Amino acid sequence: MGPNLLANYSEAVAFILFVIGFANLLLQKNLIKKIIGLNIMDSGLYLFLAAKGYITGRVAPIVVDGVQSVEAYINPVPSGLVLTGIVVSVSVTAFMLALTVRLYKRYHTLNLDEISMWLNKEGR
Amino acid sequence: MDFVRNLPAISILACMFAAIISSGLPRRAARFLNYVLIAAVGGMSLMCLAYVMNIQGSVVYVMGKFPAPWGNEIRFGVLECLMALFFSVVMFLAVLGGRHKMRDEVAKGKEFLYYVLIDLLFSSLLALVYTNDIFTAYVFVEINTIAAAGLIVIRENGRTIEAGVRYMVMSLMGSGLLLAGIMIMYDVTGHLLMSNIKEAVDQIISSGEYYIPVIVAIALMTTGLCIKSALFPFHSWLPDAYGYSTVSSAAVLSSLVSKGYIFLLIKLFYRVVGFEVISNSHILRIMFVFGLIAMISGSVSAIKQSDIRRMIAFSSVAQIGYIYMGFGMGTEAGMIASIYHIMSHAATKSMLFISAIGLTDVSRGSRDFKDLTGAALRNKVAGVGFLVGSLSMVGIPLFSGFISKLQFMNAAVDLSLQKMLPSLIVLGISTILNAVYFMKTVIRIYTPVTKVEGGMEELTVMEGERIGINGVVHEEDRITFRKQILYGTVIILFILLNIILGVFSNEIITMIRMGLEMFA
Repeated sequence: MGPNLLANYSEAVAFILFVIGFANLLLQKNLIKKIIGLNIMDSGLYLFLAAKGYITGRVAPIVVDGVQSVEAYINPVPSGLVLTGIVVSVSVTAFMLALTVRLYKRYHTLNLDEISMWLNKEGR
Repeated sequence: MDFVRNLPAISILACMFAAIISSGLPRRAARFLNYVLIAAVGGMSLMCLAYVMNIQGSVVYVMGKFPAPWGNEIRFGVLECLMALFFSVVMFLAVLGGRHKMRDEVAKGKEFLYYVLIDLLFSSLLALVYTNDIFTAYVFVEINTIAAAGLIVIRENGRTIEAGVRYMVMSLMGSGLLLAGIMIMYDVTGHLLMSNIKEAVDQIISSGEYYIPVIVAIALMTTGLCIKSALFPFHSWLPDAYGYSTVSSAAVLSSLVSKGYIFLLIKLFYRVVGFEVISNSHILRIMFVFGLIAMISGSVSAIKQSDIRRMIAFSSVAQIGYIYMGFGMGTEAGMIASIYHIMSHAATKSMLFISAIGLTDVSRGSRDFKDLTGAALRNKVAGVGFLVGSLSMVGIPLFSGFISKLQFMNAAVDLSLQKMLPSLIVLGISTILNAVYFMKTVIRIYTPVTKVEGGMEELTVMEGERIGINGVVHEEDRITFRKQILYGTVIILFILLNIILGVFSNEIITMIRMGLEMFA
């Protein structure tokens, strides 16, 4: 367990980040803090994937100087996945922020519980 | 190569392009394009279904020029085509049935956005059904989430925006877990295509090394999809989202969106990890337990509601519980029952939402039970629709709900005792609870309201039941079939769909069984 954990420290950090973000997304009452949690969670996942794709001592698979051996390059697929994932999380964040702005304009608070209370008071 | 093989890819791309084009079109054109699109996709799915039935096997379609371990693939067999066809039928009817309410529900000048969202949602559903690539599935899960949340918030009031935020938060947690699972799976197996992952998983299972990471990955993905499809403890967003959004949105969300995720889950079970691996792990038992709890608690919450839309929404929680209980049984019969129930529930629930709107329309827009008294007599078509939906939900023969209950019972009888008893008992209790709240509503809407002499106050015909002044009947509230030909036709088509599912259940179940064999 010990040496493996040390060797894979970036994966461990990634999952700690994931859990921090997940807990924030779930437990925070403030909508902005929720969105920050979402971004931490996604960053953790991308860190995990990027760390998995990287092989120490190798470079990105762009052929320069005619080196075509597989041994020279890292696995490019995870990097592509990270990019796709970043696009997804950016659009989701934008959408969440837009909804937050709407709610803030209507209820002048960012606290989701307070908003629910207002809604119950409105009675519809 | 036959042209038919291109159709799934074409239908997905057509939906996406239609969404893009619709964003620049006026309202009527966007609406027309949407109808044409859904009908065309239905036709294409039918052709694919005929094709795969003919060749008796599933088809792998390579997207782009890269071959199997690297490229992206679409794979379709009987089950996928059947689902796509069914989704397009329900989608068509749901969109058409809510059309007359669109003017009240969606702000002026924003109607075209509604059709953009529907197109996007439909494309992501089709992609979830057809794709053979696990990361593509993730991306389309996110598109599905955004489109669904858009459909919730497009009717702008405080409730829907709050429900939209809650939905997004839940869904994002779900997709975070799904992505984590996919990444660990990719890490362990080195593949993104489902069929290739399965080969790698088989090797891992037989060698015994890295067994725990694989199970963790499966558990993460399963949990993510359970959260997204509103299994019991994760359903807090559901009543508000279904209860206050536009009627078409509610029908589409309850009958299709959650089903897309569930279909992806079936795919994970059969194609990514193999059903034996899943049924030997403890994951299914947990699903079984939560399914049972959902069946009871959803029904109990539904009984407590005094708002018809929220009641139907809570009933969805219970029905999702049925589906997960079928998965949890861990047998092929349970799986077939669940897949049949996906279809049966989709057809019935959207019909209930669409008929409920007709009933509330003739009760001055009120959704409260005490105002709904006699609503079915004021709007006969909607009343019949609600009646048929309720009977199907309770499980009366001839309708689809009966067959799915029968399938669940049959599947339960073959189980070991410790699973058989709880599932049979809970099925029984849940059926009774279903009957309580649906029959309560049916009796309520069929109770005529009569005028008492000299005054506004009115009494029901049923002796002693006093409903107060809320039950005033306005003659102009009465709606006949002629005034709502489109709406009435949609309800009749829904009823027909339900009866077709019920009467031709043998054929459909044979197709599902065939599809599951081709699935792995």
